[in-house]
Amino acid sequence: MTITPEMKGILIWVLIMVIKILVITHVLLGACAYTVWLERKLIGRMQNRWGPTRVGWFGLLQPAADAIKFIVKEDLLPPGVNKPLFLLAPLLAVALGLTSLAVIPFGETVTIAGHTEALQISGITDPNGGGAAPIFDPNVGLLIILGVTSIGVYAIALSGWSSNSKYSLLGSLRASAQMISYELALGLSLVGVVMLGSSLSLRAIVDGQAAPAGATGLSQWGVLHWNFFGGFQFVAFFIYLTAAFAETNRIPFDLPEAETELVAGYHTEYSAMKFAMFFIAEYANMFTAASIATLLFLGGWHSPFEGLSFIPSIPFPPIIAAFVPTFWFVLKICFFIFFYIWVRGTLPRFRYDQLMGFGWKFLLPLSIANIIVTSAIMAWRAAP
Amino acid sequence: MVPITWYLVLSAILFTIGVAAFIFKRNIITIFMSIELMLNAVNLSFVAFANMWKDLSGHIFVFFVMVVAAAEAAVGLAIIIAVFRTRQTLNVDRVNLLKL
Amino acid sequence: MVHQLLFIIFAGICVAGALNLLLQKHPISSALSLIVVMGSLALLYLLLGAQFVAAIQVIVYAGAIMVLFVFVIMLLNAGEEEHTKGSRIAMWFGVPSVAALFGMVLFILLQRSKIDYQIQLGAFGRPTKDVAILLFRDYLLPFEVTSVLILVAIMGAVVLARRQP
Repeated sequence: MTITPEMKGILIWVLIMVIKILVITHVLLGACAYTVWLERKLIGRMQNRWGPTRVGWFGLLQPAADAIKFIVKEDLLPPGVNKPLFLLAPLLAVALGLTSLAVIPFGETVTIAGHTEALQISGITDPNGGGAAPIFDPNVGLLIILGVTSIGVYAIALSGWSSNSKYSLLGSLRASAQMISYELALGLSLVGVVMLGSSLSLRAIVDGQAAPAGATGLSQWGVLHWNFFGGFQFVAFFIYLTAAFAETNRIPFDLPEAETELVAGYHTEYSAMKFAMFFIAEYANMFTAASIATLLFLGGWHSPFEGLSFIPSIPFPPIIAAFVPTFWFVLKICFFIFFYIWVRGTLPRFRYDQLMGFGWKFLLPLSIANIIVTSAIMAWRAAP
Repeated sequence: MVPITWYLVLSAILFTIGVAAFIFKRNIITIFMSIELMLNAVNLSFVAFANMWKDLSGHIFVFFVMVVAAAEAAVGLAIIIAVFRTRQTLNVDRVNLLKL
Repeated sequence: MVHQLLFIIFAGICVAGALNLLLQKHPISSALSLIVVMGSLALLYLLLGAQFVAAIQVIVYAGAIMVLFVFVIMLLNAGEEEHTKGSRIAMWFGVPSVAALFGMVLFILLQRSKIDYQIQLGAFGRPTKDVAILLFRDYLLPFEVTSVLILVAIMGAVVLARRQP
């Protein structure tokens, strides 16, 4: 069977897509494992103790030891569980946690061997290659991530119901109710950013946060055009961050999985690898929430020194220069992960009725007010 | 290329299966879900015709159908919960007396 | 070719999910099959160039309305189906009527209407923006009326499901 050039092009495209998916997924899974290590170390230091130190220098091999433990532990199947749903729930949680990676842009493009490739799994460059090719990414990228978050409720609801245990059912009902309540505030807080960027595509929103071409004086500094500063979306930022804490079931909103309240909530009956899957899903969701906050509010991959002429720009070779924006992106995500862990070590837990009241009676009206104020200011600025 | 007739036939199949589930099932929640299936089949027809006429009014119709389906599902499920509290059953054949 | 293959795969999943809803005994399995149907319908909308509708189908229908159904099934602990006298009579009359309905719809679609149009991928340039313009300019009144409708539905649901003191 002869291979036509068209088929060769398709095969190369498939190969590059597979490489991108493998690299990004493995980096995220490794990051999840080491975020657990970072959390244990930081919480330990905040509580004036060491954290893991025995396994390797500074306990750096602790995630490897945890992985081996999860793999060799006995995988219990409690009696009376609904077997298909019991097995489906952690799979769904992990799959959805990793699906959001497909639309997150990590940078601009990288050119290897004459072929330009966008640093985004669902980003497509001009197939003829070469030059400043425009990157096509999904028109509704932000809605895809919100959709994945909406389906994530099923993983928790089904895990609790199929476990045939009172603690699990209560924990999962509380967690699902909490997630769908805070999804509203999450979505509405992002409407202000979408209005400023005039698009639902993540790449377009980040491109709107660069300094405009004809800027003079102080407004050349890129940081002033980020949506948090120049777009005045700081209220939306804090609403989004609070809702993201609630969506990922982290302290101060982790009542559904707190040990002193409900044993372990919806993942009480899970052991070994299935429990590890829920864990991975929780940290992957944390990374997704941090990525969205970075892309929408903090300018994505734009460096904070952009536009400052007195900072010398180091001439990197083109391969490294393509990944410098990715470095800034990852640095901002690391700040958010540190913030997540910092809040965990500092704040106490909400009670369940306080949690629901806060979501419905405070965050939701505040996010609607943010939409009204943002659109009023935009209309006032655009009025002739 | 896919002719539009394929989409319309798929919509007809889904609608018919929805009608069949509505007639044959006895659990009231399943009957409710078959109504949602029928609404989805109609949505598919709307979007297919919107592609044909290049008119986005089809999408607007789908939007409104979804909103009405959401409102109807909320109120309908509240009624089902109220019925369950008094009759203790979800089988429509057993809810056949006006007074308990 | 790829378009036809994708259509056949997702249409097959739709029909399989719908048949599963009809044939399963426990309502939670029917609910999960309906979620599968809605997901594959969202993918079919993407093939029809309706990106915004596909996204809100997943967010609203599969992610909110069906969550409501799954919650109610879990809370009421609905058991399996049972066949009563009424349902046997329904099958005797129902199967011919459903077959007649299907035959009638197919006859009208295929024989009488004669629509000859091939679906174009990428038919709409910027669907979200154009839908928003239509929604807030031409269809503003229905939009406002539906917001009142949702308010009425919320109040109705809260009142009906409240525990009587």
